[in-house]
Amino acid sequence: MRKLINAPGDVVSDALRGLAAAHPSLRVDATGGTVVRADAPRTGKVALVSGGGSGHEPLHAGFVGPGMLDAAAPGQVFTSPVPDQIIAATMAVDGGAGVLHIVKNYTGDVMNFRMAAELAEDEDIEVVPVVVDDDVAVEDSTFTAGRRGTGATLFVEKIAGARAEEGADLAAVAAVAREVNERSRSFGVALSPCTVPAAGAPTFELADGEMELGIGIHGEPGRERVEAGSATEIVDAALSAIDADLPLAGEELLVLVNGMGGTPLIEQYVAYAAVADWLGGHGATVVRCLVGDYVTSLEMAGVMVSACRLTPDLTRLWDAPVETPALRWGR
Amino acid sequence: MIGLTGPAADRWIRRAAALVSADAGELTRLDAAIGDGDHGHNLDRGFAAAVAALPADAPAGRVLIAAGRALVAKTGGASGPLYGTMLRRAGRVLDDCDDPDAADLGAALRAALDGVRELGRAEEGDKTMVDALAPAVAAYAAALDGGAPLPGAARAAADAAAAGADATVPMQARKGRASYLGERSVGHLDPGAASTALVLRALAETLEG
Repeated sequence: MRKLINAPGDVVSDALRGLAAAHPSLRVDATGGTVVRADAPRTGKVALVSGGGSGHEPLHAGFVGPGMLDAAAPGQVFTSPVPDQIIAATMAVDGGAGVLHIVKNYTGDVMNFRMAAELAEDEDIEVVPVVVDDDVAVEDSTFTAGRRGTGATLFVEKIAGARAEEGADLAAVAAVAREVNERSRSFGVALSPCTVPAAGAPTFELADGEMELGIGIHGEPGRERVEAGSATEIVDAALSAIDADLPLAGEELLVLVNGMGGTPLIEQYVAYAAVADWLGGHGATVVRCLVGDYVTSLEMAGVMVSACRLTPDLTRLWDAPVETPALRWGR
Repeated sequence: MIGLTGPAADRWIRRAAALVSADAGELTRLDAAIGDGDHGHNLDRGFAAAVAALPADAPAGRVLIAAGRALVAKTGGASGPLYGTMLRRAGRVLDDCDDPDAADLGAALRAALDGVRELGRAEEGDKTMVDALAPAVAAYAAALDGGAPLPGAARAAADAAAAGADATVPMQARKGRASYLGERSVGHLDPGAASTALVLRALAETLEG
């Protein structure tokens, strides 16, 4: 397939150069692989650093700015960043109050962030890691690497970012990040695979009329392959899986209907209508929602549904001002 | 008894990089089947960096530590930390020996395995690189105990690694991204075990001259 690239090896650095040109509010090192708030470090403020493979845009670099992340370390496509990148981002934003590492639960991300945290210790920077693992499609974490971090990463980054912005200490910021993760679940469905530029071929094949249930965000196959259903059936599968793990009835919810990169907004709204109907019919109230491409998997078609059980405090933090390339309100 | 010299360690890393580069497409294809399809290209990038970082005229321990650091710094994913740890741990053991012999290389390989096991929290049967590395370490020690010379022991290790990699085909993955597939991971060769077999093959070919 044709891709809008110059060379497979330059995709990430070229994209970072574009990000820098488009957003003067960011300080971007396209070769070193870091994206930092231009006004960092902020003395006395807990800093938030996240990162992971590229190909999930706007996650994470698109969420760098006031009210959310202080820095992001984007790795190669679908490949976690290396410790050098993570420590460079960490040192660039530490304002003396410590740094929260927001890590999605993938083996490579966890290992590289762990190695970077050890390096930070040598620099006398206090680092606390929070691992996001919201994906209910991974049924038995005893025999797997554990649940993947997917759509709820956005919730964690936004809400913990708001807590840090209002001056909370590192322990309190980490606590709210863990609370959001524990109260959130996600489930994804793929209608087409995606192609990693360096590999040049789709990561899996889907026949016409098939869909992959329970996907992650790396184009990896999911929990099972089934006959493709209607939007209503797909949403029912996703929300039933979430509800079975974290009952939603009677809850006030933050809901994300997330496009995987190759599904048009009109279809995402079709999905959102089904989500609203399903939740209304199951006694849950949606008090905040987002519809759009936020945690993508290159050009994969499909949607991921994420839900977070809100508390009044979490709702307040979600509503707090944010100003990043991909998420902004209230400022 | 002759051990792994500095120049031999240098040739090992270069040979491993060449084998990984030649097989990058195949490793990526294996990874696409049960992972996310980047293993070959990542490892190719990492080993190219390792070759570029090789120190001149250094003893074997220093060579492996430098290569391991470069792998961590340039590979990313799980492969970077795992391969980096493997080479750095082996390098540290050799670095502590005045004149490392074949037995010391055995100890270095054992330390490499321990490092990978700890970091990946994987055991034999999990369908990971441990399934190639563990039998290789055991075969090396057994061959040496049986009186084999260094090249023979390295060949035994390489053959055991290849057999160990092949043995991952019927396994169900319990670690790494393939674990998310559950039963669907059965029937595929683990890409990490396959690349580990290449690295051990490079060692044998280097020592065989």
